[in-house]
Amino acid sequence: MSSLITRVRLKQIEQLIEKGKRLDERGLGDYREIKIEQGVIEKAEGSARVLLGKTEVLVGVKVETGTPFPDTPNDGVLTVNAELVPLASPSFEPGPPDENSIELARIVDRGIRESKAIDTEKLVIEAGKKVFVVFVDIYVLNHDGNLIDASALAAVAALRNTKMPNYEVKDGEVKIKQGYTSLPMKDQPITVTLGKINGKLIVDPWLEEEQVMDARISMAINDKGNICAIQKGGMGYFTPQQILEASKIVQEKVAELRKKMDW
Amino acid sequence: MSEKPEKLIDKKGFRLDGRKPDELRPIKIEVGILSNADGSAYIEQGKNKILAAAFGPKEMHPKHLSLPDRMVLRCRYHMAPFSVQERKSPAPSRREVELSKVIRESLEPSVFVEYYPRTGVDIFIEVLQADGGTRCASITAASLALADAGIPMRDLVVACAAGKVENTVVLDLMDTEDKVGSADVPLAFMPNLNAVTLLQMDGILTPEEFEKAVNLAMEGCKKIYTLQKEALKTKYIAIQQEEEVEE
Amino acid sequence: MPTFFEKKQVVTPGELLAEGDYLAGENTYAEDNKIYASRIGLADCDNKKVNVVALRAFYFPKVGDMVIGTVLEVGFNGWTVDIKAPYTALLRASDVLSRPYKPQNDELSQVLNGGDLIVAKIASYDRAHDPQLTVGEPGLGKITRGQIMKVTPTKIPRVIGRKGSMISMIKQEAGCQIILGINGVILVTGKTPEDEELAMMAIQKIEEESHTSGLTDRITQFLKEEKAKREENKK
Repeated sequence: MSSLITRVRLKQIEQLIEKGKRLDERGLGDYREIKIEQGVIEKAEGSARVLLGKTEVLVGVKVETGTPFPDTPNDGVLTVNAELVPLASPSFEPGPPDENSIELARIVDRGIRESKAIDTEKLVIEAGKKVFVVFVDIYVLNHDGNLIDASALAAVAALRNTKMPNYEVKDGEVKIKQGYTSLPMKDQPITVTLGKINGKLIVDPWLEEEQVMDARISMAINDKGNICAIQKGGMGYFTPQQILEASKIVQEKVAELRKKMDW
Repeated sequence: MSEKPEKLIDKKGFRLDGRKPDELRPIKIEVGILSNADGSAYIEQGKNKILAAAFGPKEMHPKHLSLPDRMVLRCRYHMAPFSVQERKSPAPSRREVELSKVIRESLEPSVFVEYYPRTGVDIFIEVLQADGGTRCASITAASLALADAGIPMRDLVVACAAGKVENTVVLDLMDTEDKVGSADVPLAFMPNLNAVTLLQMDGILTPEEFEKAVNLAMEGCKKIYTLQKEALKTKYIAIQQEEEVEE
Repeated sequence: MPTFFEKKQVVTPGELLAEGDYLAGENTYAEDNKIYASRIGLADCDNKKVNVVALRAFYFPKVGDMVIGTVLEVGFNGWTVDIKAPYTALLRASDVLSRPYKPQNDELSQVLNGGDLIVAKIASYDRAHDPQLTVGEPGLGKITRGQIMKVTPTKIPRVIGRKGSMISMIKQEAGCQIILGINGVILVTGKTPEDEELAMMAIQKIEEESHTSGLTDRITQFLKEEKAKREENKK
């Protein structure tokens, strides 16, 4: 990723950040404009489309029936997958998921799973035998930076939009009935990503800043303000002090976002 | 299927394996044990048995993966099928792909990549037996493999995890504690530069507990760092001492 | 303004060596007025310059170095050569043939083929290109006899010894010709394979004990003892 940005631009971004500013007039601690639309794919049980600046992520949720994992017979199953579709960026190639899309999926998964956002106990149809399986598929449609936050937002928004079919168990068989119930949710985790450029922490790095930054850190916070997932990424490092500073900034941003989205 | 233990920490404050909350598992490290690799290291940490090897710097194949102004690191973290309780398929899992990436990113800040443009270094990590905290032990060994290969580095990278088990913040979680506990925070660190190069977390922690875990993990790292240096030097010190005795 | 090590102490990457008015020498780097080691090796201070003689390192090409390499492939107008460095070296056909290369008339693989050993010099090298070799000087060219071995390149000076004392002693005791490539590859040519092995064992021992003192005497002793053992076994 080192040659996609000109040296002149690189210097421009660094100099602005020194002064506490960014190219699109944002402050170091500001998010780009966020737009969330739910229910955009009728054939999916739940869906949401998020625009974070120009980054666009679509998440579709499919709910099917299946068998639970052997070590959690009383829980439904959550599985998260991400596709960095080639049309989203010249740097995405067609093919099986690469390390970036796998990392993205797993970060979003952790935020949802560890916060217990989905009440998986309520997804059990027959303990140990049949449960609902929730497939969360993240589809990145346009990459303009910070896929993590956009995907995490879209995933939770899609889950909040998800309706599961009603069913009844007759003669040992599961029969789908009329009507739907909302997916049982217990929490709305929010993920905030910070980038580090020349020792300064910036919120919601956009594409060109991502090419300049030497490291990023993402934290998922649950309703109660507790941390449920963290991922440092990038070829650089953070000092312990910067990590604690990041933690404080994340708490502030999460509070702002919760208020704004009413989550 | 193993059963979930009743209590992870007993009344006296000892853990399942008899350790205190801030105690590391026993660690054994050897450097330079593979004759075909440019650099190698082997680590045992509790029941973890992990081998790391470095090949390079050398020209990259395919060439288009190389960079004109720096060395490229490639890393493969892989678990042997017999390394865990239930046989694991040899095909790379999503977890192994993610760990390969974060381990590579934890080592990159330590290497002077600018010195060797257009080259690459391959790092291979094989987990022969796993018991929790394998990514941290892997980083500790991989960094030594790089040093053993003679690749110039800013500092060794050392890693250790802390976490939470039944309301107590503990150091160096073993597998059961990781699975049943409420949080796991793996951390990699370059002690002389005060630089955290890997940080992940899963579970639930208040911001205060998180700070405690980070500090505890760094303390664990500093202790393991001493063992890393000893392991690197030991071959040479032993011979030096032998000669001194003979003279 | 202190240094933090004793002369010839074994240091590891990242170890703080000095603080203050010092210069970063071999295998060290400077940050914030401090000098750190970047490789494992023996630390030393020479007139305000802190150096580390690396115990583990690989060869980095330099113009003028004499190296021993293995031909990898016959290419279109030359050969690629493995000189045990991060970069593959190139030997142009025009250099070997000492005249312009005519693809129709010259069959390059007859001159040098994959697997052949050569002694060469680094003619040119820069960051953007692979090192170019030349064999156009006396003593350079294809190797037809002898055995090769590899040591860490930083140990070559130790194998040479002060004013060549070590290498002359080995040549004499083992009765071999020895060519030392700066890239750590060594060619040993003796009358018999046993003689060659004797020299190679001595060099191997130097590699392992290079960081100790009194080495020349010990290697001399070692060679004498080995030769005595062989005499015994013959009887």
